[in-house]
Amino acid sequence: MSTDINWLKYSSPQAFYPLAGHLIPWFACVAVALMGVGLYMGFFVAPTDFQQGEAYRIIFVHVPAAWMSMFLYVVMAVWAGIGMGLNARLSFMMAQAIAPTGAMFTFLALLTGAMWGKPTWGAWWVWDARLTSELILLFQYAGVMLLRTSIDDVRRADRASAVFALVGVVNVPIIYFSVQWWNTLHQGASVSMATGSKMASTMLTAMLLMTVAFWLYSIAVILARVRCVMIERESSPVWNDEKPAVIQETVEAR
Amino acid sequence: MQWGSASEFFAMGGYGLYVWTSFVATALCMVWEVLALWRRRAAACAEQRAALLGGTDETTA
Repeated sequence: MSTDINWLKYSSPQAFYPLAGHLIPWFACVAVALMGVGLYMGFFVAPTDFQQGEAYRIIFVHVPAAWMSMFLYVVMAVWAGIGMGLNARLSFMMAQAIAPTGAMFTFLALLTGAMWGKPTWGAWWVWDARLTSELILLFQYAGVMLLRTSIDDVRRADRASAVFALVGVVNVPIIYFSVQWWNTLHQGASVSMATGSKMASTMLTAMLLMTVAFWLYSIAVILARVRCVMIERESSPVWNDEKPAVIQETVEAR
Repeated sequence: MQWGSASEFFAMGGYGLYVWTSFVATALCMVWEVLALWRRRAAACAEQRAALLGGTDETTA
């Protein structure tokens, strides 16, 4: 079946804005539903861990938050790269919209990690490779956002933060492989592409449900933020999707 | 299910403080992010409307 949808037209903010508006409720509703099922599985179905007791349940937010922190950084860097290559406005706007959500998940990964570390390791924080590289990721998100706000010219701000984001992407594989490359206190991967999972299947299901939920939540808030960015940056009658006719008439009457 | 009572559930085998801090902090961050976006959108829309109706349109370059 061939479709005649011209996907390229959505690279224009004016065309993407209403599309994003239609998609947000769907992503948000499915995210909330999956979070509900994931939390139920995590607290009522998944068994107690024989080593870590009930403290292990923190992984149902810790692991999804940590995965999202890395994943969103890569997505942000890809949009920044596309923006640099094609000089596309929407790409830079997407990169700008992703940074705050990525920073939030990085913060949450560190916070929930500390909550897990204190009862399990006896320390809120250790300077191990995994924790340190994740902390650097938080500084990178902060850097990307601060660089943008410190430059008045929007196009220069776009390019400067895009370069910063692209250079910093080398840290993501360092975070991911840190538990293999160095002797870290942080445990190795329990879920791997190569060897599968070492967890009870209900634990894994709950964790994956929460991950998908966080992922859909991220899409919803990032689309909502990119719509804000579009309104803030450019003037267009498309933005007024509440009462377009009223505004249009008033403008024309003047 | 492994919980005999509600208090056992909230105690989380003695790890309640750590477990609930993690989940509540995550929930608060997400709610805060959604509310902040709501306010940001309202502010941006108001500014846009003012620019369109006010005549002094600085947003169009």
